[in-house]
Amino acid sequence: MTQPTAPLKATALHSTHRRMGAKMVDFGGWEMPLQYSGILEEHAAVRSAAGLFDVSHMGEIEIHGPQAGALADYVTTNSIAKLQPGQAQYSGLLYDHGGFVDDILVHKIANDHYFLCVNASNQEKDYQHIAGANRFTASVDLASDRYTQLAIQGPRALATLQKLTATDLAAIRYYHFVDGVAAGAPARIARTGYTGEDGFEIYFAPEHSERIWNAILDAGQQYGIKPCGLGARNTLRLEAGMALYGHEIHSTITPFEAGLGWIVKLDKGEFIGRAALARQKEQRVTRKLIGFEMTGRGIGRDDYEVFLNGAPAGWVSSGGPSPTLKKNIGMCYLPADRAKMGQRIQIVIRNQPVDAVTIPMPFYKRAN
Amino acid sequence: MYPGDLHYTKQHEWVRLSGDVGVVGITDYAQKELGDIVYVDLPHVGAKVEQAKVMGSVESVKAVSDIYSPVSGEVTEINEALATAPEKLNESPHGDGWMVKIRLSAPAEIPGLLSAADYEKYVAEEEAGH
Repeated sequence: MTQPTAPLKATALHSTHRRMGAKMVDFGGWEMPLQYSGILEEHAAVRSAAGLFDVSHMGEIEIHGPQAGALADYVTTNSIAKLQPGQAQYSGLLYDHGGFVDDILVHKIANDHYFLCVNASNQEKDYQHIAGANRFTASVDLASDRYTQLAIQGPRALATLQKLTATDLAAIRYYHFVDGVAAGAPARIARTGYTGEDGFEIYFAPEHSERIWNAILDAGQQYGIKPCGLGARNTLRLEAGMALYGHEIHSTITPFEAGLGWIVKLDKGEFIGRAALARQKEQRVTRKLIGFEMTGRGIGRDDYEVFLNGAPAGWVSSGGPSPTLKKNIGMCYLPADRAKMGQRIQIVIRNQPVDAVTIPMPFYKRAN
Repeated sequence: MYPGDLHYTKQHEWVRLSGDVGVVGITDYAQKELGDIVYVDLPHVGAKVEQAKVMGSVESVKAVSDIYSPVSGEVTEINEALATAPEKLNESPHGDGWMVKIRLSAPAEIPGLLSAADYEKYVAEEEAGH
């Protein structure tokens, strides 16, 4: 094993993960749990019961001030005007040329206060990007050190977390949040997630981390809750067809190409990247993200080349086995005119083209 | 942990001799490092394999890894059960999770492989290096 060039960052739960026997890996500069009991077991726990993830490597950026909303609206693609206090929204931070700086969750706390959840390895870049665009009466604050973020996901997530809070969790609608108390500590409780299951993401001060982590595992024990790592987080989000920065989206990919046109509100007013996106909408995209499943033997994985009729045509953005569907699935970029359902493609697996076919996403959708 | 009747490689494969045929698999350390194994690609019966050359691959949920043959020879049998039950590699790496049988063409390679004690020491060093 090679030694990392820079010391890895650690969350407040790092020693807890170690003590509980998690297998740790370098994830974008953070030493994080890859798995506890095993990716397949953890994945199944989230689909059938509940799983608990430490996602404190994610960053938080807070925007305060009379024009906090105007700044948030100017730097993001979705419409801030549509947000009510207590509501969250998936959105994009773009460059002028329309490529992604990051994909983010915007939480509206009040007219003068927005709370952004951003990707771990992008947080400094995002902060600089937003602060650099700040021509408003607003302040931007990189607040990641003030929060531990846990994700409790799965059909029994609500029952688990409800034991630890007086807040009526059933009353929190999807993509809404409440500032309440969890296991005795002030916590932001959001009904959001990255698994395709019902569940919650909670944000609270790091000093409570180990106590709340243990309290959630205790509360969920009767339902079969499992501590989960980033391995299961990735297979779960892949089945749910959710984008991962650095894979489906990055600086040269636009929301329209990534199938995220629904987070772009061109008519909302000026925002960074708007002109480029308007142009692209008029001229039509030339490549598009689409789902596929392997029909031949093999697993198409991240960055593998995609062939159409024996010639290079695109690449796999994310691919791997789907534990729930027992198939090998993935997402890939194809020329827009070929990105249609039922298109036969080949994934180049270790120099061998292996048959696959495009299929609709999400690959997995929960029953209710 | 590591059976004394097996010969080991630093690439984390093992071979168990029975006459001039060696049964080959991956070690417990290898399966733990890989995590849940979901797919195994083995050579065909009759294929010629060479020591320390790639003879197949195993895929976990996370990644694909090459399997290097611990010995040279000809593949006489493959473990067909792994096609539908690749998890045997995780559950019983030194037993039911065997991968191929190879008729040795160069038995002199065997003394160059690691004993259980030496392999265990090697793995301990690998783990300390993490």
